[in-house]
Amino acid sequence: MSDWIPLWLHKLGSPPTFYRFAGKLQPWAMTLALLLGAVALYGGLLLAPADYQQGDAYRIIFIHVPSAWMSMFIYAVMGVASFVALVWRIKLAEVVAMQSAPIGAAFTFITLVTGSLWGKPMWGTWWTWDARLTSELVLLFLYLGVIGLYHAFEDRRQGARAAGFLAIIGVINVPIVHFSVNWWNTLHQGSTVNVFGQSKMAWDMLWPLLTMTLATKFYYAASLFRRARTDLLDMEGGKDWVRKIAEDEADR
Amino acid sequence: MNRPGLGTACAAMLRRDLALAWRRRGDIAMPVLYAVIVATLFPFALGPEDTLLQRIAGGVVLVTVLLAMLLALDAMFASDIEDGSLEQLVLSPQPLALLLGMKILAHWLATALPLIVIAPLLAAMLHLPGTVIPVLLLALLLATPLLSLLGAVLVALTAGTRRSGMLLALMLLPLCVPAVIFAAGAVAAAQQGLPWLAPIAWLAAALVLAVVLAPLACAAALRIALDA
Repeated sequence: MSDWIPLWLHKLGSPPTFYRFAGKLQPWAMTLALLLGAVALYGGLLLAPADYQQGDAYRIIFIHVPSAWMSMFIYAVMGVASFVALVWRIKLAEVVAMQSAPIGAAFTFITLVTGSLWGKPMWGTWWTWDARLTSELVLLFLYLGVIGLYHAFEDRRQGARAAGFLAIIGVINVPIVHFSVNWWNTLHQGSTVNVFGQSKMAWDMLWPLLTMTLATKFYYAASLFRRARTDLLDMEGGKDWVRKIAEDEADR
Repeated sequence: MNRPGLGTACAAMLRRDLALAWRRRGDIAMPVLYAVIVATLFPFALGPEDTLLQRIAGGVVLVTVLLAMLLALDAMFASDIEDGSLEQLVLSPQPLALLLGMKILAHWLATALPLIVIAPLLAAMLHLPGTVIPVLLLALLLATPLLSLLGAVLVALTAGTRRSGMLLALMLLPLCVPAVIFAAGAVAAAQQGLPWLAPIAWLAAALVLAVVLAPLACAAALRIALDA
């Protein structure tokens, strides 16, 4: 094995170690997510000034934009985890990939719903066949396809590998979603926030947005940890470490 | 061991699949019949006005062909899985991707080609102008193999499952969106007298990419699905 990878990282790949690790971090991640989310909502809904053109309706971006970022981020995580699972056959990577899918699908759904709520007063329509909207809808279908394929197999590890393969094929859609506003000049506006270079947004509006982004990241971590722990217990049902946890629970 | 060459194996594969398809001619007729019925339903549902039908004819024919292909896709590997010949194919010394490519070609010849032959009739029934029909045929000739190739990867992924019909539609429809957009774009451009070469070129590029990559992906997917 390559010696540049630290030992603890290898150990983290084993289900019992990850179970304990995730159990320790999960409450912290959830607390941070709720705290940052509350701060961001306060900042975004009460402190930030109204937009000179859109009035108060713009405030939905504090939910919409972080969710949209998460929908793509989680798909990327799922793609990378699936790749790791297929190449190195790491059980934990399969769990991470498959347990990420429902969270990502939920964020994609939130993005589409908040977008259409905002679109009605601003664009005058709930839905339009714009490149960004269509590619985000395709992303939702890809998530649903992955979830559906995973559950269609009787053997869960085989299902995870097949669904992971589909997830890797679908990764091609992530750059399409991201660049759709640059490639096709349709209704959805271009990006306002830039990682490199100047963002075209006032700081009063930007900080709640970035705080909410952090909150969604922590929420994803917390949710993934919780789902992965449950899934690991289910998958490793007959093993000694799970039996020990069950006995400890029974004694309590 | 004296094993047959690559060309011989591919030709044998193609001949076998085409012979099997020919002996079940009724199955070949089914997607065609389905497409005719779907295309006839549109004038009933939308009213028989020429101008309206003319405007939607290209898209209707494309979507009809796509749905008919989706119906037939399920059967691509089904009989081979049942009688175990797919496992033998995986074990054979020849590259699996190439043999699967031959199977996909045979499947395309047996299902998509009859649909392409019937497409001008469907288009004419919906009053698509005669000058546009060659463009529609060209778009179909490029889009249907693309769908067969993409579909083959997904069918291979679901090879280990029982209920795969609806799942296949859920997985294939998002992936075939670009093919539909470019094919319909070419037909619409031709109908308005605009240059239609660009979307056709995009379709051709996608097809070239799929011809190279899809059989490899199909082989990898099949190995995952049969690895139980």
